[in-house]
Amino acid sequence: MEHMKILVPVKRVVDHNVKVRVKADNTGVDITNVKMSMNPFDEIAVEEAVRLKEKGLATEVVAISCGVAQCQETLRTAMAIGADRGILVETEAELQPLAVAKLLKALADKEQPSLIILGKQAIDDDANQTGQMFAALADLPQATFASKVELTGDQVVVTREVDGGLETVSLTLPAVVTTDLRLNEPRYVTLPNIMKAKKKPLDIVNPEDLGVDVNPRLKTLKVSEPPKRGAGVKVPDVAALVDKLKNEAKVI
Amino acid sequence: MTTLVIAEHDSITIKAATLNTVTAAHACGGDVHVLVAGAEAAAAAKVAAQIVGVAKVIHADGMSLADGLAENFAAQVLAIAGNYSHILFPATASGKSVAPRVAAKLDVAQISDVTKVDSPDIFERPIYAGNVIATVQSSDAVKVITVRTTAFEAAAAAGGSAVVEAVAAITDTGRSRFVGREVTKSDRPELTSAKIVVSGGRALGSAEKFTEVISSLADKLGAAIGASRAAVDAGYAPNDLQVGQTGKIVAPQLYIAMGISGAIQHLAGMKDSKVIVAINKDPEAPIFSVADYGLEADLFAAVQELVKAL
Repeated sequence: MEHMKILVPVKRVVDHNVKVRVKADNTGVDITNVKMSMNPFDEIAVEEAVRLKEKGLATEVVAISCGVAQCQETLRTAMAIGADRGILVETEAELQPLAVAKLLKALADKEQPSLIILGKQAIDDDANQTGQMFAALADLPQATFASKVELTGDQVVVTREVDGGLETVSLTLPAVVTTDLRLNEPRYVTLPNIMKAKKKPLDIVNPEDLGVDVNPRLKTLKVSEPPKRGAGVKVPDVAALVDKLKNEAKVI
Repeated sequence: MTTLVIAEHDSITIKAATLNTVTAAHACGGDVHVLVAGAEAAAAAKVAAQIVGVAKVIHADGMSLADGLAENFAAQVLAIAGNYSHILFPATASGKSVAPRVAAKLDVAQISDVTKVDSPDIFERPIYAGNVIATVQSSDAVKVITVRTTAFEAAAAAGGSAVVEAVAAITDTGRSRFVGREVTKSDRPELTSAKIVVSGGRALGSAEKFTEVISSLADKLGAAIGASRAAVDAGYAPNDLQVGQTGKIVAPQLYIAMGISGAIQHLAGMKDSKVIVAINKDPEAPIFSVADYGLEADLFAAVQELVKAL
């Protein structure tokens, strides 16, 4: 391993503990004064990259975020976990997965990473696309939904969580891996590491610098709350439950 | 305007998710073709030809397609993509891996987890773990879509008579290699297409209890077994049984939640079930707010009684 660089794209999203509300005019979700955090799957991605570096299997971990200026906070969190530096592609524009994949492709062309680790999906738009799209644009092999990642020589061997069990694939580097929940448990960031992260380099570029058209392809016409499912009845005992299932719901 | 459905199959038969995706394809309008890509998958192609409403089955067969590697699969779809206005994948592990590669290469957006087709270019999809529904319009020439299969009825599996057309399999990209698969062996119905699902939560207390208690009820009902994320994280149940936004989405006729508190994450994966039963000893458990029938009881005692009563 001469030089083994890992890129980790991270997204700033509404914190997973926040119950989001739809705006009264149905144009979007209200995110004013709402707590924002790093997408949990991306935190797992950063943790995995940092562990590979700590094991001596990687030389540098670079975190990337695309979006508004406040994404710098997300990058600082990544650096507090252990990323060496950060790159922000700053824009106020709405970014959809295809646009992010193109921005990542432009950055990867410059950075020449051996491995790119991303969260399998963001918990806001739940798209589950960016890693695969980036892999396709960069003509790289991919392993989605990783629960185990092993680097050996010029290969990365990944165990994937698929329908009905686990699957293992071996990819020739450079390669793209997307993380599933059980890949690792991200560390808590400590105050000394937060302080250290503030001194790490953070570059800011914009989509124009990278020559990428980020115009959205999907237009959101409306957002709404799903139909509420009302609570039913409480039954006193098992006999009553069986009676209801047999004679009222007729499902058994 | 013709829609292509990417079939999910095991070389012999077509998986149920394909049938729901065919129904979504009809909602997009136009003819429906089905791609069966695999190795020695002629039997599956024949089965696909019998799906009602399918005009043509395209069968690509070769070793490059043997193990469903996303790189090769995407290349196979792209080889025929030019003929279609819509390309639909079931939102399974495979569909979710391959569809974005196809969309990116076509330079179009992908619309994930579609739950409703409003018109050929307007779709509804859940965001924020199913707490919000977005209606989106695509301006792209080709619509690449993954389908939330529980939101669409299954097309009839028999009665159709589509022509089967063979196309050449693409050559292996050689950048990824299949190493192995650990399939969870089970005689039970498949979780995502089962009529009844019995799910267990952290209240089961151990892997042994989970297996013993949940299996006894599932066996009695011929049900599939599911689990909450808490139960999976605690190691009581394997990962592929997890029901929830980041796990499996299910919508059976009957969903029985045993000792599951009902985190938003879990509700997102099962709230479209026809009838929901919750058994929990905590009267404040959020699961009761979506349950048609709630029983406040010790789940171990309740399961014993249920198994006897059924």
